[in-house]
Amino acid sequence: MDLSTTYMGLKLKSPLVPSASPLTREISELKRAEDSGASAVVLPSVFEEQLRLESEELELAIEQGTDVSAEATSYFPAVGDFRIGPEDYLEHIQSAKAAIDIPVIASLNGTSTGGWTEYARKIENAGADALELNVYYIPTDPNLSGAEVEQTYLDILKAVKGAVKIPVAVKLSPFFSNMANMAKRLDDAGADALVLFNRFYQPDIDLENLEIEHSILLSTPQARRLPLRWIAILCGKIQASLAATSGIHTAADALKVTMAGADVAMLCSVLLRKGMAQVAVIEQEMRQWLETHEYESLAQARGSLSQKSVAHPAAFERAQYMKILSTYQLT
Amino acid sequence: MKSLLTLDGNEAVAYVAYRCNEVMGIYPITPSSNMGEWCDQWASEGVKNLWGTVPHVVEMQSEGGAAGAVHGALQTGALTCTFTASQGLLLKIPNMFKIAGELTPTVFHISARALATHALSIFGDHSDVMAARSTGFGMLSSASVQEAHDFALIAQAATLKARVPFLHFFDGFRTSHEVQRIEMLSDDEMRAMIDDSLVIAHRERALSPDRPKLRGTAQNPDVFFQAREACNPFYTACPDITQQAMDQFAEVVGRRYSLFDYVGAEDAERVVVLMGSACEAAHEAIEHLVASGEKVGVLKVRLYRPFAAQKFVAALPATTKRIAVLDRTKEPGSGGEPLYLDVVAALNEGLAEGWGSLTAMPKVVAGRYGLSSKEFTPAMVKGVLDNLAADKPKHHFTVGINDDVSNGSIAYDAGFSTESDKVVRCMFYGLGADGTVGANKNSIKIIGEETPNFAQGYFVYDSKKSGSMTVSHLRFGPKEIRSTYLISKAQFVACHQPVFLERYNVLANLAQGGTFLLNSPHAADAVWATLPRDIQEELVGKQAKLYVIDATSVARDSGMGGRINTIMQTCFFALAGVLTRDEAIEQIKKSIKKTYGKKGDEIVRKNIEAVEATLANLHEVKVPASADSTIRLLPPVTADAPEYVQNVLGPIFGGKGEDLPVSAFSPDGTFPTATAQYEKRNLALEIPVWDENTCIQCAKCVAICPHATIRMKVFDEAALAGAPATFKSTAARNPDWKGMKFALQVAAEDCTGCALCVEVCPAKNKSEARLKAINMAPQAPLRDQERANWDFFLTLPEMDRRKVKVTQLRQQQVMRPLFEFSGACAGCGETPYIKMLSQLFGDRAVIANATGCSSIYGGNLPTTPYCQNAEGRGPSWNNSLFEDNAEFGLGYRVSLDKQAELARELVQKHADKLGDDLVTGLINADQTNEAGIHDQRERVAALKAKLDGADCPEARMLLSVADSLVKRSVWILGGDGWAYDIGYGGLDHVLASGRNVNVLVMDTEVYSNTGGQASKSTPRGAVAKFAAGGKPIGKKDLGLIAMSYGTIYVASVAMGAKDEHTLKAFVEAESYDGPSIIIAYSHCIAHGINMVAGARQQKAAVEAGQWLLYRYDPRRKANGENPLQLDSPAAKIKVQDFLLSENRFKMLAKARPEQARVLFDLAQGDVASRWQMYSYLAARKFNGAAEPTAKA
Repeated sequence: MDLSTTYMGLKLKSPLVPSASPLTREISELKRAEDSGASAVVLPSVFEEQLRLESEELELAIEQGTDVSAEATSYFPAVGDFRIGPEDYLEHIQSAKAAIDIPVIASLNGTSTGGWTEYARKIENAGADALELNVYYIPTDPNLSGAEVEQTYLDILKAVKGAVKIPVAVKLSPFFSNMANMAKRLDDAGADALVLFNRFYQPDIDLENLEIEHSILLSTPQARRLPLRWIAILCGKIQASLAATSGIHTAADALKVTMAGADVAMLCSVLLRKGMAQVAVIEQEMRQWLETHEYESLAQARGSLSQKSVAHPAAFERAQYMKILSTYQLT
Repeated sequence: MKSLLTLDGNEAVAYVAYRCNEVMGIYPITPSSNMGEWCDQWASEGVKNLWGTVPHVVEMQSEGGAAGAVHGALQTGALTCTFTASQGLLLKIPNMFKIAGELTPTVFHISARALATHALSIFGDHSDVMAARSTGFGMLSSASVQEAHDFALIAQAATLKARVPFLHFFDGFRTSHEVQRIEMLSDDEMRAMIDDSLVIAHRERALSPDRPKLRGTAQNPDVFFQAREACNPFYTACPDITQQAMDQFAEVVGRRYSLFDYVGAEDAERVVVLMGSACEAAHEAIEHLVASGEKVGVLKVRLYRPFAAQKFVAALPATTKRIAVLDRTKEPGSGGEPLYLDVVAALNEGLAEGWGSLTAMPKVVAGRYGLSSKEFTPAMVKGVLDNLAADKPKHHFTVGINDDVSNGSIAYDAGFSTESDKVVRCMFYGLGADGTVGANKNSIKIIGEETPNFAQGYFVYDSKKSGSMTVSHLRFGPKEIRSTYLISKAQFVACHQPVFLERYNVLANLAQGGTFLLNSPHAADAVWATLPRDIQEELVGKQAKLYVIDATSVARDSGMGGRINTIMQTCFFALAGVLTRDEAIEQIKKSIKKTYGKKGDEIVRKNIEAVEATLANLHEVKVPASADSTIRLLPPVTADAPEYVQNVLGPIFGGKGEDLPVSAFSPDGTFPTATAQYEKRNLALEIPVWDENTCIQCAKCVAICPHATIRMKVFDEAALAGAPATFKSTAARNPDWKGMKFALQVAAEDCTGCALCVEVCPAKNKSEARLKAINMAPQAPLRDQERANWDFFLTLPEMDRRKVKVTQLRQQQVMRPLFEFSGACAGCGETPYIKMLSQLFGDRAVIANATGCSSIYGGNLPTTPYCQNAEGRGPSWNNSLFEDNAEFGLGYRVSLDKQAELARELVQKHADKLGDDLVTGLINADQTNEAGIHDQRERVAALKAKLDGADCPEARMLLSVADSLVKRSVWILGGDGWAYDIGYGGLDHVLASGRNVNVLVMDTEVYSNTGGQASKSTPRGAVAKFAAGGKPIGKKDLGLIAMSYGTIYVASVAMGAKDEHTLKAFVEAESYDGPSIIIAYSHCIAHGINMVAGARQQKAAVEAGQWLLYRYDPRRKANGENPLQLDSPAAKIKVQDFLLSENRFKMLAKARPEQARVLFDLAQGDVASRWQMYSYLAARKFNGAAEPTAKA
């Protein structure tokens, strides 16, 4: 069964791509991913702000206490140059490229316009096959309009596209007034792919200590429904590739998002729970399903249930939501 | 073309020593530590020596150990050197006799420093090198940074040829830490000076099994003497060889030196003879005086040992009639100080033998100057020469102080100045850590290396580690700068912190028509009104120019936080006119890129932004014609301070200690305690404010406060009568104190604002979770109110100690601390332990303190933080040395035990007169708790009352020892450098003695006081000085070693992790009638952490298993219990997560990731295996009968 797909110009043997997670930080896991049949990998994001804060903290820690006392004019030896930029990350890209043959997609979260383009260039030079822009951004300023937020995304994309030649994907949150319009504008601005959707860490409250908790919740299969809808809506309406991420845990999930129009199905929580080898299990089950149902290839199924391909396009719109509820009540 | 660099004396010397040697044995000691640090750093960077190989640098456990290693390395043929000072040199003396006795070429580079006598001093004089003058080492003295650089090479060349080892010394701080622009020696020049055949000869003399030989024999009366005299020809030849090296140096390099260099009139009649940096000040003074027609001169002694008497005499002008020999050392009881005696002997012999051109014996007088870096100025040189001109010159005088006890000092005209108009002189008042000193070092570099100017920088620090003031003295000029003394007439003064104006007249040294730059939050049109009258009067009287900038705001707006250094540096360049503004800004930017480049583009960008924003914010303020301020400088101490504090400590606090006469001081180094309370430093910008409604009265904030500025009291409501309106109290929550009131009070003017208290507070406001029961708020608006509240709080009654459950923190913390307001760093991790000790046992404690941070914040003048309770009792404290503290403390114990025994013997002997009840009570007193101590004190009082007026000698003797019948608590305090390294042998012996001493090791895992050098306590993977590549081996387990005796109480504690555990350990340790050791994890600025997170880091260390909590109590064996109680849970977090939370480890991961990976993995293994072993030990089945106990 031919599962191949093309994702932002990259020819992939299947749509199954482990997305950015602690697993893809380890070279051994990347090898395991390749061995299990993953068609590409997305490395964890490099966070410009984190690197900046770290370098500031290091500077402060080394400088504090300097020239305070005659006996101790400093507290640390000079240990040469610090690797306080993205050096480790760039090395990780190089190691990944050396260790595996499948495409390596880097992921970047910048803070300054200069940072986005500078880091993107470095990532390209380090050998990444593509770049995913992880615009992990939660606007909290009540004076900031939605239009301004949207423009930020577009500016970042344009700047990065102008700086690198490798394909560039944008990972989005679903919180736009008109997702379709936003997708279209990113498409127009040259995005090679849209990755739907980013899952933000959701804070919780620790009752005992009266503190905010930042524990990470793994996705549930229900999460898959949000990307499924939007991929189905966008399929065929934009040039950019579409990647589904969130809640894809089984072969059925992967098949469903493909039918909605996804070019790739990204896996994360399921791999954290069950390990990289699960890629092979999902792939095998996809093959089986497709063979059982006499598909020629996965490509045949792609977009087959997208909004443009279904009998009732409105099924992906709001009315359908009401219908589900009434159906639920009836049963 | 010569390479010009600006660097300090230590670096200049280390630069040569490193290149000319193969092995360095090092150990940290101020002010020489930096030389070893440089060598260690260069070796870790792979810098090669003259022979193209990277030297081996080995840190030892003490200077004695370093000398032993050096001796061994020399005996086996490596070119070897070492660096040290002061007590460190004393510890090397035994080996120095050996090294010299074996005619072994080596150079010991010494930044000469005072020896500890009536007090310790880190500052410079020649008492250390003079103590080593009988070792047989050659002694070569350099007087400036350039000379120190040059003589390091001359000494190396001379020692190889002469085979006499050399001690090359230069003045601690004045030369070791003075920054000067110098001409660097090239590798070719150094190669030209070192004869390889002499190096090979050294190797051929070495021990080798291929050429077997034997040294170090024991000799008997028949031959020792003759054999000892066999070395004489080498000493006879040494001066000429040294001069040859100097001559060769002149040929190769161009700078000419002699064994004795004379400067002055050819027909001089009065000559000053001296050594070290004072030669420079004297040189400057003599040139000035000769230019005005005086017949005077100075003879600089370069080679002091072997003392070339004939050459000395020959170096004096034939016209010399009177000589003043100045020694920078003191030998009480001698006929004169050493240089003087050598000069007299040389003249005596010279005249008899017809050496030189003198025809009659000049009059020679001796003088002392400059002890502990006391200023030595051209004015004093003139004073010395004026004394020589007197009919009856004062002999054995001192200069630079007012000796009103022995009347030994000579007067001089302090107004006499030889400063040239062509030299630009600048002074900068900064706060330690605000970057002022760093920026000034940078400015000197720019001016020295980028302009034709000579440049000099010297930095004066105060003795506090928190909120300390630094004063930078910078000179620039077209000619060589010989002014080895502080600036007194500065054309430019900058005050980087407006708070200094409250207390100090920073313009006292501003020259007429000079410029004053002030960092102030006030606008240019408003700042005048904020200045104290003294400052205004200085500005008006001196017709000064005033410039103001709000550097703090510029820094904040540029994202620089509190770092105002580059902003003030930019202002300095803009105003000083050494460079054009554009040039200066260009150079500053260049140096920013150089300094911060490797720390990240962001930091460079912010600094450059700050520079660019500076000039627009720099404003001139027109100085009015007269002063109109009503603001007066604050007094240095509070008005209620006792007379001694007002008259003696007050001037020291106020920076006028120089003016105090000899009579102000006790002749034996004794000082009163409890004086820190009178110096209200007002350091904190924010102070903790108590919310009595949220507080759960857990006392954690009180316990953790490093400066004892948060106190709690519990009292009857009636005591609140007369309380200020803003004084807070609430109902006491502890059931034992039902119906009483509880108050928590902050000493707002003593607080350093570290916020550790807020960090540890577990109580949260139920309506607004960001607030706790204690929250930081700006100090200034609260200052007056809280001063009144604090004063009232002090009047509240103390809780009766007998009623306090001492193992419950929430009760125990009502005990009054007898250690308060020390000069320790804000957020210090050590002082909370000392404070707890002082609360529990301070009223009957004698403390032996190893040299280190705890001896500095514990006893560096003017602070005496150890204090007294209402009865006048409190810790009595002394610091002997670094290496002997355990033995020193054991001495206390033995002495006190003997006196108590004598007291008991005498009491029993006079039982008939004293009464059986009293005698039985005194002898059999149960003093295991506060009630018992209290009762015994009452008995002793009754005993004294009975003995009062008794006329028999034994009664008087009993009276003198009666107090020792009250249990004395002997505490031995120190850091890990002492306990794990230099003092370890003694500590081990003392612990094995079985005596009832209590040892507190405040383990910061580095030598904190000298700037973070690795000790054997430093954990694997930590970056420290002398371990720049990360400490490769694991931490020594001191507790386990102590436990191996089976008779020692051992506890490992971390107050930030489990405070009540710490408390229990203190109580148990002290109650154990045998040796106890508490190893206390102490977070430190040298860990590279935000100090506010100190307690959190302690907790993380415990949670990672990096630090274990346990108690080993030999008493438990008697009950058949395992003596070891492991009080830590199994690790909850990965070691690596802990390591990466502290920059001492993280910097390794950032600089050498491969090395970090290896060491961090090993560190994880260390923790796992240690946990496994301790779990086993604590769980093993215990058979008590077979185990020893302390008294067995």
